Amino acid sequence: MRTKHAFLTLWAALVTLPLLWALMSSFKTDAEIFDSPWTPPATPRFDNWSRAWEQASIGQYLLNTLIVVGGALALTMLLGALTAYCLARYEFPGNRFLYYTLIAGMLFPVFLALVPLFFVVDNLGMLGTYHGLILVYAAYALPFTVFFLHGFFRSLPGAVAEAAFIDGASHAGVFFRVMLPMARPGMVSVGIFNFLGLWNQYLLPKVLNPDPDHYVLAQGLAELAVSQGYRSDWSGLFAGLIIAILPVLLAYVFFQRQIRAGLTSGALK
Amino acid sequence: MRHGKYRFLAGALIVPLTLYGVFVLSPYLQAFQLAFTDWNGVSDQPRSVGFGNFARLWDDPLFLAGLRNNGLMLLVVPLAVIVLALALAAGTRGTKVYRVVYFFPQLLSVAIIAVLWQFVYTPNSGLLNGALSAVGLDSWRQSWLAEPDLALWSVMAVMIWSSVGFYVVLFSAAMESVPDDIMEAAAIDGAGPVTVFRRITLPLIWESVQVGWIYLGIAALDGFALVQIMTVGPGGPDNSTEVMGLGLYRTAFTFGKFGYASAMGVAIFFLTLSIAVLLLRVTKRERVELA
Repeated sequence: MRTKHAFLTLWAALVTLPLLWALMSSFKTDAEIFDSPWTPPATPRFDNWSRAWEQASIGQYLLNTLIVVGGALALTMLLGALTAYCLARYEFPGNRFLYYTLIAGMLFPVFLALVPLFFVVDNLGMLGTYHGLILVYAAYALPFTVFFLHGFFRSLPGAVAEAAFIDGASHAGVFFRVMLPMARPGMVSVGIFNFLGLWNQYLLPKVLNPDPDHYVLAQGLAELAVSQGYRSDWSGLFAGLIIAILPVLLAYVFFQRQIRAGLTSGALK
Repeated sequence: MRHGKYRFLAGALIVPLTLYGVFVLSPYLQAFQLAFTDWNGVSDQPRSVGFGNFARLWDDPLFLAGLRNNGLMLLVVPLAVIVLALALAAGTRGTKVYRVVYFFPQLLSVAIIAVLWQFVYTPNSGLLNGALSAVGLDSWRQSWLAEPDLALWSVMAVMIWSSVGFYVVLFSAAMESVPDDIMEAAAIDGAGPVTVFRRITLPLIWESVQVGWIYLGIAALDGFALVQIMTVGPGGPDNSTEVMGLGLYRTAFTFGKFGYASAMGVAIFFLTLSIAVLLLRVTKRERVELA
């Protein structure tokens, strides 16, 4: 029993210590960080945070990320739900073919598409634009979303939809007012999955988003960390790191039950 | 009554299918074409070079280094993650607060994890060396990411660190569906905790382990963000952390050899596919059903 708890606590420490250390370092001066990485600051320096937010553009990167991830998430959920619903509940020639063509997108590594994708986006004049990134993110999140929600829409009872049709509802009406609300638990799960996936993007923006004004958080931070060797502002960089981590971590603390349930139900599907 | 079905279908599907066709399907298909050319991005007409690009891959020391390093990751990372996650998941039965904490790294984007760990590994002012000094292990201090022998292992440690939490949650969710009375019956029959785990728990949750193995195997062929951000070069000292994805990125977007980079993409695709199929076969077991 003793060793079991020691082991569990050890891993908990391994997970939290780097985060706590970064939090602590974000309140220190550069000199303190260099001289004694392991001790708390003499006086907490809040100016690191404002410097990161404004001078290091973390505020701008956060805003860019919210625009791109928010837009892509909304688009993915709407299009993914519509596609999954049509493929799950309507018979039409080519239905299976479309479904498997879409699902195939999950099997291919993004690296394979990278070079042609760059030129497709470039030819459309969408390199380094919000809408370009939103459309690409949504397109790549579509296969998993359709795969997940397809099973969900299949399992919904058809009687309610029938009743709505008899009451004179249109196809779109049945989808938006009857089926979509019933699929809510599935939408929440896949929504969380997609949010984390889109938030986690690094390769796609790295290739498709060369404009520093439009950098997403991951890109901006990585850029700062790489250039930090030349123009060192370590304390500011730590503050930026914490600003990037904090929103998701706080959301998790409040919604951890739903988040973990949503993710595991998605993975086990 | 149900008129307008095809109009609805057409209206609903046109946008998602166009998006998918333009941004996903067409690039995938084009990659296979480009892989047989020497296209450099400026000439109008890509010139076919047959299998030349693929032949070149076998003599490309950087690609081979990437292949070797991804191969080592493939052997080490999934195994370590699954063993750790199974042990932690079994240990957290009854104490849920640990799982909440273990899940933290899963929420951080991979670029943020890379930046964080770059700091942890920093030679003079990093957390790791600072901690070693604090407990009197000064002789263990290293420049973790600058030593060719250590750099790849340091990167793999980060991969493991960031993935274990998710699999703890996944496996513990699966373990919860194993009824307590089966475990109790086994315990009454005199089976120790290890036997119960090996003979009862593991077979019953094998499907999640298999899913995890395949996810992790595919992830082990990536490593782009961690290596690109964390290690010097990038690609590490003596290419010790070079990965195939990084090689592809550099070949395409630094050197403009788009045809050759596409051939790398095709190679990565076939490797991913073979590994998924192989892992499905190797991890295949009789399906155990709960009565």
